[in-house]
Amino acid sequence: MITLLNGSVERLDIRETLRYLGYAGVRSAEGMDDVMSECEKMLLPALAPRAVYDTFPLKCGENDELDLGFAKVHSHSLSVNLKDSTRIVLFAATVGAEVDRLILKYSKLSPARALVLQAMGAAAVEQWCDEVNAAIRAKYGVTRPRFSCGYGDLPLALQRDIFSALSVTKHIGVTLTEGDLMMPSKSVTAIVGIQSR
Amino acid sequence: MNFRTFLKNNIVLLDGAMGTELQNAGLPLGMLPEEWNISRPEVVEGIHRAYFEAGANVVYANTFGANCLKFGDRTEEIVAAGLKCALRARGEKSGKFVALDVGPTGKLLKPLGDLDFEDAVKIFGRTISAGVAAGADLIAVETMNDLYELKAAVLAAKECGGGLPVIATGVFGSDCKMMTGAEPEAAVALLEGLGVDALGVNCSLGPKEMGLVAGRMLRCASIPVVVKPNAGLPEERDGRTVYNVGAREFAQEMQKILSLGARVIGGCCGTTPAYIAELSRMATGLEPQKITDKNLTVISSYTHAVYFGGAPVLIGERINPTGKKRLKQALKEGDYAYILGEAVSQTEKGAHVLDVNVGLPEIDEPAVLERTVCEIQTVTDLPLQIDTSNVAAMERAMRRYNGKPLVNSVNGKREVMEEVFPLVKKYGGAVIALTLDEDGIPGTAEGRIAIAKNILREAEKYGISKKDIIFDTLAMAVSADKGAADAAIGALHYIRHSMGVNTSLGVSNISFGLPCRDLINGTFFSMALANGLSAAIINPNSAEMIKTYKSFCALSGFDDGCLDYIDFAKTVQSGIIAAQSQSAQKTEGEKTLKYCVEKGLKREAEEAAAVLLKSLSPMEVINGQIIPALDEVGREFENKTLYLPQLLMSAEAASGAFEVIKGAFSGDGNSKKVKIVIATVKGDIHDIGKNIVKTLLENYGFKVYDLGRDVPARAIVDKAKEVGAEIVGLSALMTTTVASMRDTIALLKEEYPSARTLVGGAVLNREYAQMIGAAKYAKDAMESVRYCEEVERELYGEDK
Repeated sequence: MITLLNGSVERLDIRETLRYLGYAGVRSAEGMDDVMSECEKMLLPALAPRAVYDTFPLKCGENDELDLGFAKVHSHSLSVNLKDSTRIVLFAATVGAEVDRLILKYSKLSPARALVLQAMGAAAVEQWCDEVNAAIRAKYGVTRPRFSCGYGDLPLALQRDIFSALSVTKHIGVTLTEGDLMMPSKSVTAIVGIQSR
Repeated sequence: MNFRTFLKNNIVLLDGAMGTELQNAGLPLGMLPEEWNISRPEVVEGIHRAYFEAGANVVYANTFGANCLKFGDRTEEIVAAGLKCALRARGEKSGKFVALDVGPTGKLLKPLGDLDFEDAVKIFGRTISAGVAAGADLIAVETMNDLYELKAAVLAAKECGGGLPVIATGVFGSDCKMMTGAEPEAAVALLEGLGVDALGVNCSLGPKEMGLVAGRMLRCASIPVVVKPNAGLPEERDGRTVYNVGAREFAQEMQKILSLGARVIGGCCGTTPAYIAELSRMATGLEPQKITDKNLTVISSYTHAVYFGGAPVLIGERINPTGKKRLKQALKEGDYAYILGEAVSQTEKGAHVLDVNVGLPEIDEPAVLERTVCEIQTVTDLPLQIDTSNVAAMERAMRRYNGKPLVNSVNGKREVMEEVFPLVKKYGGAVIALTLDEDGIPGTAEGRIAIAKNILREAEKYGISKKDIIFDTLAMAVSADKGAADAAIGALHYIRHSMGVNTSLGVSNISFGLPCRDLINGTFFSMALANGLSAAIINPNSAEMIKTYKSFCALSGFDDGCLDYIDFAKTVQSGIIAAQSQSAQKTEGEKTLKYCVEKGLKREAEEAAAVLLKSLSPMEVINGQIIPALDEVGREFENKTLYLPQLLMSAEAASGAFEVIKGAFSGDGNSKKVKIVIATVKGDIHDIGKNIVKTLLENYGFKVYDLGRDVPARAIVDKAKEVGAEIVGLSALMTTTVASMRDTIALLKEEYPSARTLVGGAVLNREYAQMIGAAKYAKDAMESVRYCEEVERELYGEDK
């Protein structure tokens, strides 16, 4: 059944943010500390984490054909990921539209801040997805790593089916563009294989 | 009896959920619910019938998602079939109505998403026209997450709805905000301004949580308020989905909401005919609460409302080209960065509203004003005052504005009133009215009051009440007429206190022609405030004005415990200290411009540039300091000893220094001859990489025409031809959009073969770029700069 989650992000994983910014193996960004903490202060109150998920039966057929319960898809990489899974949880998660507004604002005013906010937004939604994953694990037991459209050979076009299967727009306000991108942009949909009952 | 009359005299009972009922009836997963209007009409009709029998006065036809994005050319058929089901269920019973249900498009509007506002209006318009033709009694816009989309839908209902009543509800979270940030008061201001018949909230929250939002709406709404909650939250019980608020409890909570004054109630997700039956039992015999006009003068942005009549409202005057060379230049060049900087700095200085005036004879004012308003709304959440005498510009800006705007201005001239009042009525604004007419500005307070009365009478004819009018009693130069202050203040005192209408003044006009204008302005401002000034158009950077304002608020009881004043006083003191420590720093004189740019110190770079310009020419400053610093930082970036954020900090510091140079000298500041058109291609909305490249190219003195994101090939080619661009830069992040990049390059080769194409983005590499016919692939922003410099040398040589 459809389950809705609301959450909060109290603190950002700065290491993850740095990784998105292209820093390799450093603990803090030299000369950027002020800007980073300024951006974090703006970003945290703008986050409005929400998620929706549901379970679906899974049938793995020949030649990487998968019946995901809400759609049929041909994908080798997803087949590998879902090996040994008995059913799936499909989820959509977002940290809301106000992050995009912040990024939009600073893309006009300060490219450096826009870049940092962009990275922090990405880190925030990943952190929120980890929490959603944890909630799913707590409920359904052992799960596979989450898998999203666009990973490997899983087509982006599957987004359309995901959106209608979970009524994503109705439940958490996320929409799809013509090119099947999610708006608000700091949003994730993913398939999580469940291995035991 | 029609719906409007019914609404006036009764508590209106809406229906409950349709979607969850259809699912219970076996609607397959993934099928659009509206399909059943045609394939299973008896089921849809049965649900409507059950709601009518439970006591609903209004059912929403099964047309929530019936728009042309989902149904294309079948839209009209689906809408008509949906209404037929509902109309059959109603039969000829009186006091029962069928609403065309208009839900969200499922797309997010620009600038946050990719749907254009006007396209949204068209999409809604098509559904609404179909609903009117099919016999709807009213239009119910519901479940909108975004205030801007709500505006588009209501506008379409006004334009295509054949005069049918409109009720409009949005979705609010437990933080009392819509997804895109609007507070209940902002939604009320916008919707009342647009003239809907009832407004409110639906979906997402249960009845208890919704009470908070409903209460806030009821405190400020002067029209009926709609409350349509979910049956709580979905829960799993025995493997079935159930909502956690039962019918009885639901009705009890709704009774509280009725006692707060709500007039239209119903249920959203999870509610069933049983819930509506309970609501009906609960509401039977209850007297509808009277709806009172709250008489509020209000405007709004996409987040919040600003009220007039309490603490005076400060309107920032800086975005107005009159007498401002740099702003004129920015408007002519389409340099929005400068304008947005002004918007942000006034916001930070404490303005409550920003005036936007772009009136220059040599520009296309309607297009520029519309664009400027949209751009400013991306960097500030303050409401805007649309300031123009060009009626076409006024209409376009009001239409696009996200919120309820303040319009500046109308006056007592018949012709002007005939043009402006219909716009205020249609788009829902408040309007500044100048007390002048065909005979000019009366020299006395009495003359101005007489004009004000005439303006109110005329406004009334258009259905605009005095709460949406703010009189500007015209501050004229006291140097030319010693009675100028008296006339303005006498009129404003009478208008505010005897006529009960709000007032505004462009304060600084009073000191025209005098030295030390700030002194006169400050004193005049406090005189006006003491006499009932509701709003002032001022320069928020003027310490004198802010000082007067803060003191006045403390003295007039608008500042509890004088807390705001005390905060302000701290900044006055620390301002002195800051100035001292700054001058101490400067005597060290160590920080060269080159150092500041390298370290990304923007403010220091601006100061250093200003100092250097006293002894050096602009080109010496640019080539001797800024470019070498950028080169150094660029080299470190290329060697991976420094990362992208720092590169950008340096770029921003350099931009700051360039801005100082531009401000001090005329000329466009472009030291290179090569012109570059840059865009993220059609279908792709990732623009951060493109923006970075643009920033760096501008730093290096190139003229860059940025077309934004999701740009069709045709627009890129046309712009390149128009400006004679030597280089066209294209960005794409996704494999799916590399195809549009290829198409754009193909079109360029066909129509404008002299352009060199420079491509970049995460999915590209050298081979891929070659395959789609690009002249150059750049792996990052620095490589793009190097390439453009190469082309500059090749075409125009080293010498500049």
